[in-house]
Amino acid sequence: MQKLDAEALFQTLVEQMRPHVTPDTALVGIHTGGVWLAERLHRALGLTLPPGSIDVSFYRDDFGSKGLHPQPKRTAIPFDVEDAHVVIVDDVLYTGRTTRAAINELFDFGRPAHVDLAVLIDRGGRELPIAARYCALTLPQPLPASQSLQLETDATGALTLRLIDA
Amino acid sequence: MHNPQLNKHGELQHLLTIDGLPRDVITAILDTAAPFTEVAEREVKKLPLLRGKSIFNLFFENSTRTRTTFEIAAKRLSADVVNLNVSTSSTAKGESLLDTVDNLCAMQADMFVVRHAASGAPFLIAQHLLATGRDHIHVVNAGDGRHAHPTQGLLDMYTIRHYKKDFTNLTVAIVGDVLHSRVARSQISALTTLGVPEVRVIGPKTLLPTEVERMGVRVFHDIREGLKGVDVVMMLRLQNERMNGALLPTPQEYYKVWGLTAEKLALAKPDAIVMHPGPMNRGVEIDSSVADGAQAVILPQVTFGIAVRMAVMSMLAGQQGSNK
Repeated sequence: MQKLDAEALFQTLVEQMRPHVTPDTALVGIHTGGVWLAERLHRALGLTLPPGSIDVSFYRDDFGSKGLHPQPKRTAIPFDVEDAHVVIVDDVLYTGRTTRAAINELFDFGRPAHVDLAVLIDRGGRELPIAARYCALTLPQPLPASQSLQLETDATGALTLRLIDA
Repeated sequence: MHNPQLNKHGELQHLLTIDGLPRDVITAILDTAAPFTEVAEREVKKLPLLRGKSIFNLFFENSTRTRTTFEIAAKRLSADVVNLNVSTSSTAKGESLLDTVDNLCAMQADMFVVRHAASGAPFLIAQHLLATGRDHIHVVNAGDGRHAHPTQGLLDMYTIRHYKKDFTNLTVAIVGDVLHSRVARSQISALTTLGVPEVRVIGPKTLLPTEVERMGVRVFHDIREGLKGVDVVMMLRLQNERMNGALLPTPQEYYKVWGLTAEKLALAKPDAIVMHPGPMNRGVEIDSSVADGAQAVILPQVTFGIAVRMAVMSMLAGQQGSNK
């Protein structure tokens, strides 16, 4: 597989989103990679509403079989969701189940006017009817289930992508 | 040693007592509770975690706050909650505890929240469920006799951590009727497990258990001496209803010697917090000016109690799959 340059993909994502966002577009990042991305996008796009963050641990559909995720993080939505234009931000789009959980959680804060999805990479393997409106790269071949893609960040906020073999 | 509260993976199966609970399990409960505190601020104060689960509140002893906070916690997790009031239940007609449990199991219960005047009643139910092959049903002790009140102990630890951040540099005083208090036992177990270097118990000889020192606490029979320099003051309720015989002179006299007044509280550190598990006897163990004062965190305790109970119930229910 080609080498993935997370910073270049990030710039692609910014340019895809730029013509479509307005200053009051609200971003919500999914923990943990999506939160980093949402913060960087917020600055790059010059948005005014503070970005929110969602931990979907309490909305996952595998709670019954896997139990509660250890160390759940706090969900924080620092803007009024009612009638807002929201873009959910995640690093990697895979089965779509995390996105489903995030949409459900978002609606418990109010009724947004519009919800979009922005991701750095679509790795294929969807199990739900979910597609990203903004996506910097769609892998030509779906990644095998044994592999995972992980977004990492360093002290300067620079992004890197790592392929992990389970 | 076999711990009846943990399953074979070391995960929480029941919550019966804090005594013997590993430090990392206690810390995991407190960590899990933190994000639940935010749910109360949402438009929809509900999470879907326990959707479709049936939780039975089995209260064989009166309680308003504990039963209500368990009920709210379960409902915020989307569980179906059934409250059984003992005075109107079959127990009043002579049904045994385990027969009641069997009947509720036949109604597809997923969890029992149990309060009972007899120490060990929740443990008995847990043993019975195990012996009858129904160990997918969970038991939470909501207070048994003089033994334990683990969720109260946990919410107290959550409160202390919220205000003081670190347990390992604290001096904590537990004041009052330790003898009759299941709350005090759970607090002492939790504080010592979490590494609090100095736990003091303060009270008259007649209201302290014999050999209480063996629980790892320093004993004071002089409240002024005991409160000096403490970071946390945990008041206990004077349990008139549990007292047999003349352990006390009069409530007025108790207040004079043992009641927490502003003057006595001034001996603690200036930023000390004052806690009380409720219900308070104002003018007996605590003065109104202290109970309503700036150092009191008694109402935050109640709010944190909901999040802690949500954490406990979701951690228990979430284990159903992994041990099947």
